[in-house]
Amino acid sequence: MSLFSKENGEIFKGPLNLNNPVAVQVLGICSALAVTSQLMPAIVMGISVTAITAFANVIISLLRKTIPNRIRIIVQLVVVAALVTIVSNILKAYVYDVSVELSVYVGLIITNCILMGRLEAFAMQNSPWPSFLDGIANGLGYAFVLVVVGFVRELLGFGTILGFQIVPDCCYMENGGLYINNGMMTMPAMALILVACFIWVHRIVNEEKK
Amino acid sequence: MEHFISLFVRSIFVDNMIFAFFLGMCSYLAVSKTVKTSLGLGIAVTFVLLITVPVDYILQTKVLADGALAEGVDLTFLAFILFIAVIAGMVQLVEMVVERFSPSLYAALGIFLPLIAVNCAIMGASLFMQQRINMDPTSTQYIGGVSDCIAYALGSGIGWTLAIVGLAAIREKMAYSDVPKPLQGLGITFITVGLMAMAFMCFSGLKI
Repeated sequence: MSLFSKENGEIFKGPLNLNNPVAVQVLGICSALAVTSQLMPAIVMGISVTAITAFANVIISLLRKTIPNRIRIIVQLVVVAALVTIVSNILKAYVYDVSVELSVYVGLIITNCILMGRLEAFAMQNSPWPSFLDGIANGLGYAFVLVVVGFVRELLGFGTILGFQIVPDCCYMENGGLYINNGMMTMPAMALILVACFIWVHRIVNEEKK
Repeated sequence: MEHFISLFVRSIFVDNMIFAFFLGMCSYLAVSKTVKTSLGLGIAVTFVLLITVPVDYILQTKVLADGALAEGVDLTFLAFILFIAVIAGMVQLVEMVVERFSPSLYAALGIFLPLIAVNCAIMGASLFMQQRINMDPTSTQYIGGVSDCIAYALGSGIGWTLAIVGLAAIREKMAYSDVPKPLQGLGITFITVGLMAMAFMCFSGLKI
């Protein structure tokens, strides 16, 4: 079997759209909602989860024949916890501000359902290379939702993208304009409603495809 | 005593696990179809929280913290692995207890009972506890001892139970409403949770 065969292509494409982990399988919602008030943390979180899912998938897939069935959850958790510890320290070293902003949610990648779901459903049955692709694809599917929600919330809540101002100063109320930032967007409640809208649109689009 | 009560009430209403931090969302959305099952899951989560947060507190202060074990030994980087091991062990214990004493609840909770181990609310409570130890002692969120941990864990557990039972009750009623087709199921549930979260935002100025 070649590395980029048709089946592997399917493994890669599924989670990006039709089988999106957040919108269709409802996994990994906690962090998807909590870190998306701005775009930057959403991107960093998306990359971290992608990397951790991919490598955890590879490690578990390599070990899958030696793990006793009864204690597999604990083995999986320890592998993931070790990877998360590494990522958390890398974030603290290179992007300290973002890691402060993400606070406990980096540690909570351990309990992210996407990871456990993929390890249980895919890596325990498949060889390392497809598992790696599956991990990357699911991570990117997750990151995609995060980036969309983060983009909308930062644009409407702060008038900025990645910290750069998009809405011109003169439009604001205090400068004689008519525009006010929507403070509601920065609140946790709006994240839920935006994800609901994302799911709504996603379903309408995929309904048409069928 | 005053601190104890304010910590307890704050963690139910203001720092609600679901509405303020979105912790434990997966099982929250999946199990909240009937009030009875969700109440069972809420109690199980509260019980696991009540054990794990104090145990993790003792581990954090006596073993992991800088200089706690021996001079110059800082083991904080092991926190994630140790915390998750404590949680996984406790969940195994709770699973055995529930299976022995309430087989019907055991059958109703199904896969979600072992999944409490990966419920973010449990891990989140331990990680927040770790942050709050270093807070200013006069803050209402400060955790300075095992009794504070118990108040925090009980409050968070009750807050989580309150949220899941509330959503289950709404979803039971919602079975009769006419929701647009692509929004049915998951979508409308999210919007309901969003509206509930807005209602809970009213508590955010609460001071005791």
